[in-house]
Amino acid sequence: MQQIIYFFIRNRNFLLFTLLFIISLLLTIQTHNYHSDKFLSSANAVTGRIYEIKSGITAYFSLGSENKKLLDENLTLRKELEYFRENFQPNTPDTTVFPHFSYYTARLINNNYSHTKNYLTINRGERHGIKTDMGVISDRGLVGIVSRVSKNFATVQSILNTNSRTNAKLKSSGHFGTLIWNTKDPNVVQLIDIPRLAELTVGDTIVTGGKSVIFPEGILIGVVKDYKPDTKDDNYYTVDVALFNDMTSIEHVYLIENSYVEEILELENAAGDVE
Amino acid sequence: MWSNTVFSQIGRFLILVFLQVFLLNNINLAGYINPYVYILFIILYPLDGNSTLLILWSFLLGLCIDIFEDSGGVQAAASVFAAFVRPFVLKYSFGVSYEYNVVKLSTAAVSEKITYIGSIILVHHLVMFALEIFSFSHIGLLLKSTFFSGIFTFVLIYASLLLFSKKVE
Repeated sequence: MQQIIYFFIRNRNFLLFTLLFIISLLLTIQTHNYHSDKFLSSANAVTGRIYEIKSGITAYFSLGSENKKLLDENLTLRKELEYFRENFQPNTPDTTVFPHFSYYTARLINNNYSHTKNYLTINRGERHGIKTDMGVISDRGLVGIVSRVSKNFATVQSILNTNSRTNAKLKSSGHFGTLIWNTKDPNVVQLIDIPRLAELTVGDTIVTGGKSVIFPEGILIGVVKDYKPDTKDDNYYTVDVALFNDMTSIEHVYLIENSYVEEILELENAAGDVE
Repeated sequence: MWSNTVFSQIGRFLILVFLQVFLLNNINLAGYINPYVYILFIILYPLDGNSTLLILWSFLLGLCIDIFEDSGGVQAAASVFAAFVRPFVLKYSFGVSYEYNVVKLSTAAVSEKITYIGSIILVHHLVMFALEIFSFSHIGLLLKSTFFSGIFTFVLIYASLLLFSKKVE
């Protein structure tokens, strides 16, 4: 017995180190699973509040440019609205039809883009109706997907995260691919699995594909910057996409809720079970 | 005396966490290079201090940064590792004088100091980027990040040591 106690005392540094190192490793590995219930995230009450105070102060420095962004967006929306007013006859509104996608607004209180797995923190949470897997966009396009929600805050898995996989397509031809990030440049993401028979030109617009339940079709992502054949499979292209969004200076974002998401997932699960 | 050191440790801990989270993590030089000056805590920890306690402190320190950064346990793992190897690094950089407890960081020779600080930073950054990148196919990225961030961290840590060192009369 005494021997055992002596052993522990003699090797206490090594044992403590091993224990803490394993805990840290487990915490690290946990972040690699997208759907894991991360219990240590910046969406918790303490860090959320601290980030909110900080962004409350720093937000003043970018008021000018943020106002301009919002004005620009208002202008675009007004033009669109005018177009619809002119081109469509008002028919009797059908109150039984609910909108497919509903939107929420939020402010970014913490932005990350220098890691390989970047997460953002927003000042909206469960209390405001935010749920995991909601899509996040800004006025210029795609930002990420809500990964973890607390009472007042939520973290967003940025598209600048090596775990992110977003369905996207070429606006002109409609060819589908998957959007990933190779960690090199926070303004450039990669679109893979675009078939070789797709006609590509530099400057083509890339939008979300609508093949997922998270984003509606046609949300802006970026333009083709460069493209080359896939290194593994010659039948596909790997496309560099220059983002419309400046991921380093986002402040206001919109969250998208798909009101049919449960129904769709249920249906898909049922279909999977039959197989 | 004892309580004095504990308070100064806690003060240093809090200052370094805030400095790291609100200032240094937002530098993003050339898009991705950030200095990790918070390991100054491990470097400045009393050379004859309790090394078991240092491992615990370092874990908490890394975890605090991790929670703010949403990086899981990457910083915690790297800090714990650096704290664990610190006695070996000390022995290897200061040689015999360390074993007799006569080393003081402020009075040590410059070359010894550079070896000590450089080794701690290297070990910490390697573990940190290896865990963050978590892939064997990105060894180049791992070495590049370690190199640039490491130099940045080293310069800032060395500068702050020069700035805040007490003048020897």
